[in-house]
Amino acid sequence: MITFLVRRLALGLLVMWLVTVIVFIIFYIGPGPADVARALAGRDAPPATVALIARRLLLDRPWYVQYGHFLWGLVHGNLGYDYFHDQPVTSIVAQGIPITLSLIVGAAPLWLFLGVMSGVNSAQRPRSFRDRFFTTLALFFYSTPTFVLGVLLILFLYYQLTIHGIALFPGSGFTPLTQSPLEWFRGLVLPWLTLALVTAATYTRLTRSSMLDVLGEDYVRTARAKGLSERRVVYRHALRAALTPIMTQFGIDVGTLVGGTVITEQVFGLPGLGWTAVHAIQEQDLPVIIGIVIVASAAVVVCNIVVDALYALVDPRVRLH
Amino acid sequence: MSTAAGGLHRAEAAAAELVRRADAVPLLEIADLRVRFDTADGSVQAVRGVSFAVEAGHTLGIVGESGSGKSVATQAAFGFARGAKVSGRALFEGRDLLTMSEKELRAVRGARVGMIFQDPLTSLHPMYRVGWQIGEGIRAHDRSATRRETRSRAAELMARVGIPHPHERLDDYPHQFSGGMRQRVMIAMALALRPSLLIADEPTTALDPTVQAQILELLRELRDDLGTAIILITHDLGVIAEIADDVVVLYAGTIMEEARVKDLFRDHHHPYTEGLLGSLPSAGVPKGELVPIEGQPPSPIDPPPGCPFGPRCVYRTTTCALRAPPLVEIPGQLRHRSACVLPTDPVLRQSARAAHRPAVAHGAPQGR
Ligand SMILES: Nc1ncnc2c1ncn2[C@@H]1O[C@H](COP(=O)(O)OP(=O)(O)OP(=O)(O)O)[C@@H](O)[C@H]1O
Ligand code: SF4
Ligand SMILES: [Mg+2]
Repeated sequence: MITFLVRRLALGLLVMWLVTVIVFIIFYIGPGPADVARALAGRDAPPATVALIARRLLLDRPWYVQYGHFLWGLVHGNLGYDYFHDQPVTSIVAQGIPITLSLIVGAAPLWLFLGVMSGVNSAQRPRSFRDRFFTTLALFFYSTPTFVLGVLLILFLYYQLTIHGIALFPGSGFTPLTQSPLEWFRGLVLPWLTLALVTAATYTRLTRSSMLDVLGEDYVRTARAKGLSERRVVYRHALRAALTPIMTQFGIDVGTLVGGTVITEQVFGLPGLGWTAVHAIQEQDLPVIIGIVIVASAAVVVCNIVVDALYALVDPRVRLH
Repeated sequence: MSTAAGGLHRAEAAAAELVRRADAVPLLEIADLRVRFDTADGSVQAVRGVSFAVEAGHTLGIVGESGSGKSVATQAAFGFARGAKVSGRALFEGRDLLTMSEKELRAVRGARVGMIFQDPLTSLHPMYRVGWQIGEGIRAHDRSATRRETRSRAAELMARVGIPHPHERLDDYPHQFSGGMRQRVMIAMALALRPSLLIADEPTTALDPTVQAQILELLRELRDDLGTAIILITHDLGVIAEIADDVVVLYAGTIMEEARVKDLFRDHHHPYTEGLLGSLPSAGVPKGELVPIEGQPPSPIDPPPGCPFGPRCVYRTTTCALRAPPLVEIPGQLRHRSACVLPTDPVLRQSARAAHRPAVAHGAPQGR
C-alpha cells in the first residue's frame, strides 16, 4: 500500500515535470527569446523594460539555463508578475483558488448525489417509467449549455424572486467563507446548482450502466439468496462494486474543474481561476496564463493520485499490486 | 428368470417404502410450475409445467442439458428469477412461496433455504471479507446476534466446512482463497442458519475433479450430520449417482423422467435418459469416446407441439410429433414416471428398442 502510494506520487511528480517542460517549450522556446521578453513585458512596455526582463529571465543564455531558471522560480513559488498591476502571479492565482474550490466543494457532492441516486433508481427497474424519467432528465441537462442553465436560474431564482420581494440569493459575486458563512452559502447556491445539474447527467448514465452490469453479477444473487433486504442488496452489495468507474469520472471532473469552471464563474461573476484565466487570455497576460496552466495541471495530477488511493481503499484486489 | 424374481423383490420393497413414506409430507412440493420470460424476441418458455417433491433430509438431483430450465425452475420457486412470469404452486414447509409477500419470502431465503451456485469465483463479493459475508446472513435473520457472536459463529462454520485456520482467515478477502475453498465458504454461508433445504446449483462444475470429489463428500457429510435436504442441480449423471436419492430429468423445461436414482440407473425408460447415460464416462471408457446426444434442444420460444425430444430421438414414431406424451407411471417401481410413448413393460420396451437399434451407429448402454 505504501509502495503503491509512493509510486503514484513519483509518477505524479514526473507528470508535473513534463507539464513544466511543455509550458516552457510552448511559451519560451516557441516564440524565440526576443518575443518572449516582449510578451512578458506587456504590449506597451518601453524597450528598457523588455531588455531588463530578457536579462532577468536569462533569455540571452542557452535554453537549459533558461529552463533551470524557470523551474527554480516555480519550485520557489515564483510565477512572475502580471503586466498591468505588477502583482505577483502567485497572489493572483491564490485569490482565485478559494473561490473555485468553494464552487467545487458544494457542487461536487451535489452532482455525485443526484447522479448516483438517479442512476441507481433507473437501474433498479430498467425501461420502467422511473428509468425513462431520469434518462430524459439527464439528457435534458446534459444537452443544456451551462450558460443557458445559469442564466435561467438567475432569471427565475434570483430575478423573479427578488422582484417579488424574496431576495433569497444574490445575483452574483463572492463572499469569503471566513467573512460570513451564510453569505458565502447564499452566494454559491445558484452556481452550485448550475454546475451540479449539468455535471450530474454524466453520472446518471454512468451509474445506470455500471449498476446494470453489477446487478447481474453472481454475488448480487448470493446477497439475495441470503434473504437481505432489497435496499441492502442494491446499496451495500451492488453499488459498492459499481462505484469504481464513478470514482474515476469524479476524479477527472474535479481535477479538470479546478482549472475550468469557466462558464459558471463568468455567468455568476465569481472571480475564481476560470474567470481569471479568461481575463488573462483576453488581455494576453502571459505570466498569469502560465501560472493557471500549471496550477490546473497540478490539480488534475493530485486528483488522480487521490482517486488511485481511494481505489486501493475501496477494492482490496488493487492493494496487492 | 432372475430378472422376474428381481422384479418381484423390487415390487415388494417398493410397496414397503410406499407405506413408510405414505404419510410423510414433503418439505418442498412443486406443482405445475411454469416460468416464462417476455423478451424482445418473444416469450421464452423456460419451464413448462414441472412438478416434483423433496422430502426432508432427502437429496433430489435435477439433471439436464444446458438451458433445460434447471436453474430457472428452482430460482423461480424462491422468487429469484427476475423479470419472470411464474405460475403454479410451490409449497415449502406447508406455505406457498409463490403467493408469499416479498418480506415473508426474504425470511425464508437464507434462513430456511440455503443456496450455493456454480461459480465460487464470482459468487462471493470481491470487496468484503469472507467472515463478514458469512456473518451478514446470520445478522439479517437473527437481529439479536452481536458482532462478536456472529464472528465466532462464522469461524465455527468455516471450521465445520473444512477451512484450515478459520480464525485467521475470517478477515481475508475472497481472492485470497482457492476455488474449492471459496465453494466451502459458500457452503458455510448457506448452512449458517441450519436451513432445512440446500439448493446446490452445479456446485462442482467449475472445480477441478479432485476438488469436485471433496466438495461432494463435504455435502454428503453435512447432509447426514444436519439432516438438510438437498436439491442438487447438475448436467452430470455421475454426480447424481454419487449423492442423490431421487432424480428428475429435465429437458426443454419439462420433466422427461423421474425416479429413484437406483431405479434410473438400473432400468431407465426415456430415450433422453438413455442418451444422458450414454454420455456418462464409465470405468474403462476413455474420455474421448463419450457419446454425446446428437442435435440441439428446441428453441424455448414457441416450442412446437409433440414430444420435445422428438427431433433428436432414435425411437421416434409418427405419433410422437402430434402431442407431448404425459408422464406415466412405470409399473412395479416407486414413483418412477416417464414421458415417452415407449411401452412401460420392460420386455416390450426392450423389443421396441431393439427394433431401432441397428439404425443407431453408436450403441446406447443397456440395462445398467
Ligand atoms: N432472464 C431471462 N430472460 C430470458 N430468458 C431466460 C432468462 N433466464 C433464463 N432464460 C432462459 O431460460 C432457459 C432455461 O435457463 P436455465 O438457466 O434454467 O438453464 P439451466 O438448465 O440452468 O442451464 P445451465 O446448465 O446452462 O445452467 C434458457 O433457455 C434461458 O435462455
Ligand atoms: S415420445 Fe417418441 S420422440 Fe419422444 S422420446 Fe419417446 S419415442 Fe422419442
Ligand atoms: Mg443453470
